Amino acid sequence: MTRDRGIDRREFITAVGGGVVVLVSVGPSALLAQDRRRVYPEDLNAYLRIAGDGRVTVFTGKIEMGQGVMTSLAQMAAEELRVALGAVEMVMGDTERCPWDMGTFGSLTTRMFGPYLRAAAAEARAVMLRLASEKLGVPRAKLVVADGVVSVTGDPSRKVTYGELAQGRRILRTVGDTAVLRKASELTVMGTSPQRFDAHAKVTGAAQYAGDIKRPGMLAACVLRPPAHGAKLTKLDTAAAAKMPGVTVVNEGGLVAVLHADPEAAAKALASVDAKWETQAPAFDTETVFDHLVKASPAAAVLTARGDVAAARGAAAKVFASTFHKGYVAHAPIEPHTAVAEVQDGKVTVWASTQTPFPIRDRIAETLGLAGDKVRVITPYVGGGFGGKSAGLQVVEAARLARIAGKPVQVRWSRAEEFFFDTFDPAAVVQVASALDGAGKISFWDYVVYAAGDRGAELFYDVPNVSIRVSGRWRGNGTEVHPFAVGPWRAPGANMNVFAKESQIDIMAAGAGIDPLELRLRNTTDARMRAVLEAAAKAYGWKPGVAPHRTGRGRGLACGIDAGSYVALIADVAVDRATGVVRVERVVVAQEMGVVVNPTGAAMQMEGCITQGLGYTLTEELRFRGGEILDRNFDTYRVPRFSWVPRIETVLVRNDEVAPQGGGEPAIVPVGGVIANAVFDATGVRFYRLPMTAERVRAALSPEKRN
Amino acid sequence: MTKTIRFRLNGKPTTLETDGSRTLLWVLRDDLGLSGTKFGCGEGICGACTVVVDGEAVRSCSVPVSSVDGREVITIEGLAGDGALHPLQQAFVDHGGFQCGYCTPGMIMNAYALLRANPKASRDAIVKGMEDNLCRCGAHQRILAAIEDVARGKGGAS
Repeated sequence: MTRDRGIDRREFITAVGGGVVVLVSVGPSALLAQDRRRVYPEDLNAYLRIAGDGRVTVFTGKIEMGQGVMTSLAQMAAEELRVALGAVEMVMGDTERCPWDMGTFGSLTTRMFGPYLRAAAAEARAVMLRLASEKLGVPRAKLVVADGVVSVTGDPSRKVTYGELAQGRRILRTVGDTAVLRKASELTVMGTSPQRFDAHAKVTGAAQYAGDIKRPGMLAACVLRPPAHGAKLTKLDTAAAAKMPGVTVVNEGGLVAVLHADPEAAAKALASVDAKWETQAPAFDTETVFDHLVKASPAAAVLTARGDVAAARGAAAKVFASTFHKGYVAHAPIEPHTAVAEVQDGKVTVWASTQTPFPIRDRIAETLGLAGDKVRVITPYVGGGFGGKSAGLQVVEAARLARIAGKPVQVRWSRAEEFFFDTFDPAAVVQVASALDGAGKISFWDYVVYAAGDRGAELFYDVPNVSIRVSGRWRGNGTEVHPFAVGPWRAPGANMNVFAKESQIDIMAAGAGIDPLELRLRNTTDARMRAVLEAAAKAYGWKPGVAPHRTGRGRGLACGIDAGSYVALIADVAVDRATGVVRVERVVVAQEMGVVVNPTGAAMQMEGCITQGLGYTLTEELRFRGGEILDRNFDTYRVPRFSWVPRIETVLVRNDEVAPQGGGEPAIVPVGGVIANAVFDATGVRFYRLPMTAERVRAALSPEKRN
Repeated sequence: MTKTIRFRLNGKPTTLETDGSRTLLWVLRDDLGLSGTKFGCGEGICGACTVVVDGEAVRSCSVPVSSVDGREVITIEGLAGDGALHPLQQAFVDHGGFQCGYCTPGMIMNAYALLRANPKASRDAIVKGMEDNLCRCGAHQRILAAIEDVARGKGGAS
């Protein structure tokens, strides 16, 4: 990444004013080795300021969308600086005040940004000690620091505060590999669960989201939308709207919108617009898309190839061959995509509901033909993202409209727009064949995934003969394989891959008459995986047994690796044969994520993953016909509700040998597999397609079907 | 169609001169500056816009402002006393009954009305009463625990 995407030192000093400043230029090399595909930009990317009153401000390009990093990042800074957590204030997602950041996704905040922030804070502590040493005339070795106060060992009356040291001083430091982080055994702020920084604001209604930003003279915009993706506008008459008092009509460069101070009046004006559209004949729909995906996906790339799959297949006593399917899934955050844009003196300021403030800033600058420093994106609290707020079409629309109208403009998508312009989790197909040898060891694994990408496709079981191919990906604008835009959805691709993989493992276990836990343990030597499997089994009270029991109740097991963390789930389900409703009664989730920064926050993410995962597993499948989206609100698109929620028991498996890993996504990846496996145990019927809707389960269990 | 609408809002007499057919949600947010009440689905399905009118939970995105004429309206901003959180708000904080926070005002207002009608609501009654308030982050288990605590008197009287 190039330096000009960040802010240079002079701007940065201006932005933060007085106080001690710490820059981080290049992070610890060990960090870069952790995940070579996702190297953090070689750019200044973390800094903090210690003000004269001792308060510490942490600036980060990451955003808070519910995952709790506003609090956990502050814990990291407080830990390394040795200040009270209450002294830390967070500034997040403001492109003018914060260092460049690629965006908040991939469970990267803690594991990739965290080490930089900790290194910066550790270096700042070292600077404070050096300054204190000079001021007190005592060697550094004789100084101790606690709660932002440096004192002399054995003579606590000789002391100086960080605030006093920072007063009027500007010290620029570059942090390298030498910053010494506190050891896991020394941690006192990390590893605790203090009250979240956002708690009070969120329970009182004071928390501000993009839609809560009010600017003088602001207009609400309603944008004309096509009835289907790919539709072409053939006739447009906005005369009726233009006659309405207070309405501004915009028709420029393909963007047709009506604006009014009152959002309801804008919506009425839009309803009066007479537009005719030419739509394309639908090529496929919710049910027929899978054949298309297999045919249209590009040539498969080889992810893994080892041993001799063909020979092992030929030698197998019994080959298990399966094909798995999953439909499109919406992000459906409760806060729709929203942005407020204002143009003043040639400079655009945007308040955006976004996971990617910096890329969005660049996109606005490019769209409007402005220099990057003429655009500022400010990110208030984001009302849920799950990957869906990485695109940012609404932000660009607001910026364009604000410039055209010459007034601040708010674009807030309706729920139907939300379901139309979402970058959906793609429908996908997996074909897998595998076998067990006489000792219950997996002898070969032949796997191809279409349209979901490679995340989660890699096999962590010890198999000598493996072929894994990946055709297509989860990102696209709707002009390639998928009929509309698709994009990252909480652990993109991994939900499908792990559903297929962990179902296949259980299919083999049942076929060979082996306990599913035993089969997994027999085929993995990875100590971290074994630890979470054993922890989940212990917490659940697992007793060996072979599925299916066919009693209407069943238990399932599934596991996975995601975002550097290991996770195992065990679930109990009850299946109502008459209605086809699958009720998940209990889920035990054991997760090992290295050093845990905030245990309650981690548990909340694990619970959120399980609960959200129930949706893609049981009900969520976007229905469409060609480019037309048939689900437009939560009445037909059913997301998890209170009555669905099982008893969720979270177990954090301790591993202080590993630096903090990702927590926002891992526990969602095995949800499809664990429930499919439990439903098989309950009914003896294997489901190869997600979601397992009541209708599909009922049909599969009906007497006619069974005969 | 401008008319005079008088009601009590968070304990204070309020008078508006406006088109009575306007939606309560937008009047609260745009005219009265109470942005804690959120837009979510626009059709009364998700519950993010829930406010309490004469003690009952109402979807403010689906009722006209004229419908509150002469009535008592409470929004999330009216729940906390002088500096102190309402027991429900405190329980949501204590249990971590929120993540992104966007559905939270609606959740709390719905729970407020639920407990007002049934102060010692059972877990089943709470689940049933909260069923039509949607949370996408998956904070359900903690939201239920928070409301249960208040129903059992652990968080103080409701």
